[in-house]
Amino acid sequence: MNIRYQQIQGRSLGFYTLIAVLIAVILLASGGVYFMEHNGHYVSGMSNRIVWGMPHVFALFLIIAASGALNIASISSVFNKKIHKPLSRLSGLVSLSLLVGGLMILVLDLGRPDRLIVAMTEYNFKSIFAWNIILYNGFFAIVIVYLWMMFEHRLNKFSSKAGLVAFVWRLILTTGTGSIFGFLVSRQAYDAVIMAPMFIVMSFAFGLAFFVLILMASYKWSERPLGDIIVNRLGNLLGVFVAAVLYFVAVKHLGSLYLAENTGVENFILFGEHIYTFLFWIGQVVLGGLVPIVLIYHPALRGNRLVLGLASSLVLIGGIFQLYVIIIGGQAYPMEMFPGKEILEGYGTIATYSPSFAEVVLGVGGVAVSLIMITFLLKFLPFLPESLDDKVADQIIKSRGPAL
Amino acid sequence: MNKLNRRDFIKNTTIATASVTTIASGISLTTFAAKSKESAPVTNEKRWGMLINVNKLTESSIDDMIDACQEENGWGSEVHSRAEQKPDWIKKVKVKDKATGKIDVLPMLCQHCEQPPCVDVCPTNASMKREDGIVLVDRHLCIGCRYCMMACPYGSRSFVHENLDNQKTHMPRGKGTVESCTLCVHRVDKGEIPACVEAVGGDGVIFGDLYDANSKINQTLKKIQSTQIRSDLNLNTGVRYSGI
Repeated sequence: MNIRYQQIQGRSLGFYTLIAVLIAVILLASGGVYFMEHNGHYVSGMSNRIVWGMPHVFALFLIIAASGALNIASISSVFNKKIHKPLSRLSGLVSLSLLVGGLMILVLDLGRPDRLIVAMTEYNFKSIFAWNIILYNGFFAIVIVYLWMMFEHRLNKFSSKAGLVAFVWRLILTTGTGSIFGFLVSRQAYDAVIMAPMFIVMSFAFGLAFFVLILMASYKWSERPLGDIIVNRLGNLLGVFVAAVLYFVAVKHLGSLYLAENTGVENFILFGEHIYTFLFWIGQVVLGGLVPIVLIYHPALRGNRLVLGLASSLVLIGGIFQLYVIIIGGQAYPMEMFPGKEILEGYGTIATYSPSFAEVVLGVGGVAVSLIMITFLLKFLPFLPESLDDKVADQIIKSRGPAL
Repeated sequence: MNKLNRRDFIKNTTIATASVTTIASGISLTTFAAKSKESAPVTNEKRWGMLINVNKLTESSIDDMIDACQEENGWGSEVHSRAEQKPDWIKKVKVKDKATGKIDVLPMLCQHCEQPPCVDVCPTNASMKREDGIVLVDRHLCIGCRYCMMACPYGSRSFVHENLDNQKTHMPRGKGTVESCTLCVHRVDKGEIPACVEAVGGDGVIFGDLYDANSKINQTLKKIQSTQIRSDLNLNTGVRYSGI
């Protein structure tokens, strides 16, 4: 069956207010970047021990979510689930936009962002970081082609092939992102191959949570019908992904605890007295994991949009906590430089970190860039179906032929 | 005046250009040839290394090493950076054996690994290892991503957190890039020894070519027991320690 896509009008007061707020956040972030780059990183909370701070937390969060947001399109193109077909365009858009926001933060936090051209022209192929640069650029190109095939009727028949390429590419991309940490052999908090698949599962959850929120908001604000069939399916899927993240987190920490070399850092994260333990248990596991699962699956709350919105928001907030614990907590605990010895002086204390305002606004600014990109493109290109009510959903499910 | 037609013009210019190029390339070739005779190329026939005998060093001699390094390379006078943001090309580390309680104090610096993790992870090839084993950062290629600092098992790299002035001409540094011990490459290339080694004097720290069977470092390493920090990582460090 044919689905009618239509731009949003984008003339309401609400639309302009949203744009104005996002621009204000982006301006604030630009100020933060200027302050940090002009003075140098001494104005930030980062140091020679905590070399990656709050900007990396947000950047990796967005990059991970970006690859996951494409899943909705993949489920339709690769796994031929027709019901997701009308959501594919939006899926591609959210994915691209989140990646733009994440990469922007990453670049602006460099010591020398003016040398971006060096990063684009000088490659060390042994570096997983260099591979990531190639993977991100490739992802852009592939998703744009994929979107083009979905938009252009004559090319619709190729969209499932493009979708397959995009799906495989995104799996490799998130493997690469996880391996940035997984390949750090000297750091007990990271050196584990499970980082790559764990990041992939995290991407499923964060990307879908973003997608659900954006889908519900855009349909509500543009006053278009969005039926329960589609929303409830996405909600169920989100619950599965969140549970899968908890499983990977459990396996990672239990597996790591088994190695004597890692007991120090594991005790520090899991049972320590610093902020990381609180963020891990309360922020990541309870707020970002268990509570959303209850909200999604509790029979009394099923089908409640507000509750699903809350659950999705908690998944995202829990995701930020998770990356904070991984990135900052993992660096705060000293490396095992002298096994069997205790370091008394010169190295070895728990590194302290308190993010500066400039770092936080840079991170939030990245999210704002993603959201403004989505908002504008929804206005200028037909990403959203006119209606996704249950009647349309029912027809799509019963329709013949492959989901394109 | 003769009028030049188009064909003649092209012919003349081509001949002129060709002759200039030929002569110029001849000149530059001879210049390069002459230059390469002056300074011997860096080859992998050498492997510069350092043996630090912890038993022969005192806390104050390690302080002397740090002072000499700061003086030689011009770091340590940063005004804005907090303590944990200041550069640390070489630092004093005190360790206690968990079983025996034996305390050792040692200088910690870039270990100049044969398989340096910082070089492996650097996306732009800014982190690099010379043929003679000295690990350096090319500050023109460094984008300040700090991945090398994440990868270094020795916490030996520093990020320049602020604007700098009064730099040494032989050791350019820059805000937003990463730096670490260069093994005083500018001195080594002139046949001298690193500043910290000179500051200690005696046998406390021996510098030399690990491959050269006649060198003091090679002969000493054959005789005494020495260790590489985090030898389990199999990085084959150029800096070795004895007495810990």
